[in-house]
Amino acid sequence: MTAISTVSIPLKPQLGISARNSILLTLFVALIFTLIISAGIGAVQIPASRVLELLTIPPFSDKWQSIPQEYMQQAMVLWNIRLPRLLLGVLTGASLAVSGAAMQALLRNPLAEPSLVGVSGGAAVFAAAGIVLGGTWMPALHNLIGEFALPSFAFIGSLGVTVLIFAISTRQGRTSVALMLLAGIAISSLCIALIGLLTFLATDIQIRTLNFWSLGSLGAATWPMVSMVVCLAGISVVVLLKQAGALNTLALGEVQAQLLGVSVKKLNRLCIATIALSVGAVVSVTGIIGFIGLVAPHLVRLTFGPDQRLVMPASALVGAILVLLSDLIARTISAPTEIPVGIITALLGVPFFLVLLFRMRRKIGI
Amino acid sequence: MLEILNASLKVGHRSLLDNISFTIQPGEFVAVCGPNGAGKSSLIRLISGEIKPANGHVRWHGKDIAAWNLLHLARHRALLQQRCEVGFDYTAMEVILLGRHPHHQGATRNVDVRIAELALAEVEGRHLADQIYSTLSGGEQARVQMARVLAQIWEPSDSPKLLLLDEPTAALDPRQQHRILSVAKQWARKGDVAVVAIVHDLNLAAQYADRIALLREGKLQTIDTVHAVVTPEAVEACFDLPCVLLTHPDGGTPMVAARRNIN
Repeated sequence: MTAISTVSIPLKPQLGISARNSILLTLFVALIFTLIISAGIGAVQIPASRVLELLTIPPFSDKWQSIPQEYMQQAMVLWNIRLPRLLLGVLTGASLAVSGAAMQALLRNPLAEPSLVGVSGGAAVFAAAGIVLGGTWMPALHNLIGEFALPSFAFIGSLGVTVLIFAISTRQGRTSVALMLLAGIAISSLCIALIGLLTFLATDIQIRTLNFWSLGSLGAATWPMVSMVVCLAGISVVVLLKQAGALNTLALGEVQAQLLGVSVKKLNRLCIATIALSVGAVVSVTGIIGFIGLVAPHLVRLTFGPDQRLVMPASALVGAILVLLSDLIARTISAPTEIPVGIITALLGVPFFLVLLFRMRRKIGI
Repeated sequence: MLEILNASLKVGHRSLLDNISFTIQPGEFVAVCGPNGAGKSSLIRLISGEIKPANGHVRWHGKDIAAWNLLHLARHRALLQQRCEVGFDYTAMEVILLGRHPHHQGATRNVDVRIAELALAEVEGRHLADQIYSTLSGGEQARVQMARVLAQIWEPSDSPKLLLLDEPTAALDPRQQHRILSVAKQWARKGDVAVVAIVHDLNLAAQYADRIALLREGKLQTIDTVHAVVTPEAVEACFDLPCVLLTHPDGGTPMVAARRNIN
């Protein structure tokens, strides 16, 4: 037996913490840049420099009165319309992307995505049912818990579908990609049918809201809504990001993850609940914005590798940027008419999905 | 000390393991041999704590293996599985670093990277470091997984450690088979690691193991020193294979050669 080979081959340095931080910092700067640009574009144009200036003067502050009359309209639009919409876009993109990345790790396949497997659909159906069938007690619930009324309905739907998808597609720690996709198709079709049914029971005003859900839009953003999403989706995203290291070990399979000190059952439950909560909260106000959870994690993995500790936070930033850009297109391409942002993300996401499907043919079993 | 006491395992009505008892001390290398379906993998899974025995106990230092703290166990016990697929395009190095998760549970430290490099060198695999794990050959994957389990229990510790290897040599060429088993033996020799390895090749096991356990139809036929177990009688009884006894010129370890089967 010869001794250990002494020839030293220089190893590619591992992506250290500093490299990781600089990637995240770069993406964060890109996000801020996107925010400032998007804040200025629309029916009322605001130059970037004025956006920055007006951001320092919140409404009801002492300086608000000192804004010159010619800029007042811009200030109102920025603070009351653009900012809540942009923040909702950031939260939506981050939640969907992180939920997608977490689902992919949990189900050990890269095609898992909240809208694709029907989690967003489930949330939308329950939120829609809350509006249409809520009758007298929905306003009462709204009085009681305010903006949290609708997302709590949506949460029931997203949680139910997530649990169902896991139950159908996993067995003894293994996941069938084909079963997951088929179950997703069935559940999504059911959701579309149920939302369709609800539109027939709805009043005219309700129909306008329901149309949101089928195609997704950030147009209804208000500050109370944004603060609700910050609470629910924001917290869920933080909890999910903390699981990144444990989710990495799942790549070795559930048995090895458990042997590596990860309590797999607890991890599964925690992630399912937080994914459902963040998707539910987002969908209850934006409707179904698809494919962000697929595209963002994949762009990150293609560029920086599969380490969840980088994939998840980077996906959050990329997801936010993607939603902001899609929304920018959606509200400017046929101005003054706005098209639903879900149409843009689908146009972006479906070809992406098909390419992935093509590359995965052998693994899925064709 | 690892104690297996009257352990049985059943799936439905089928008995996978039947009343197995033996003990292993740290510093000892025990090879488990037996025909296909004898229950070898079930035994390893039982010892790892992945599955619980229907009857009997598996104890690690006097305490039921299931009662140990998950993280403490993760730092002191590692299992190499027969086939280990890795989802997503992790590099070999990243796979080995997953073995360090129980030690940092968050950000990889420099010491983890250093240990992962040394572990990969231990299996002569430094050139594999940056390759995508799923594109490696079966044998290369097995070596990377070996490095991963070594990295998992690398540091010296006050508590003894347990290294479980389910057919570590199955996919390897002869040189690597010897390499892996000699590494396993060295680790046992360091004194604080108990090694249990399933090895199909009895002659290979005889060259490295301290004791050999023969398993057949879920029953422990014998567990004893190499010289006591590697005999034509024991082998024939366990494998239904008529054999002759040879002696390895290096160190005189016993070997068996199957008689030619001409019908």
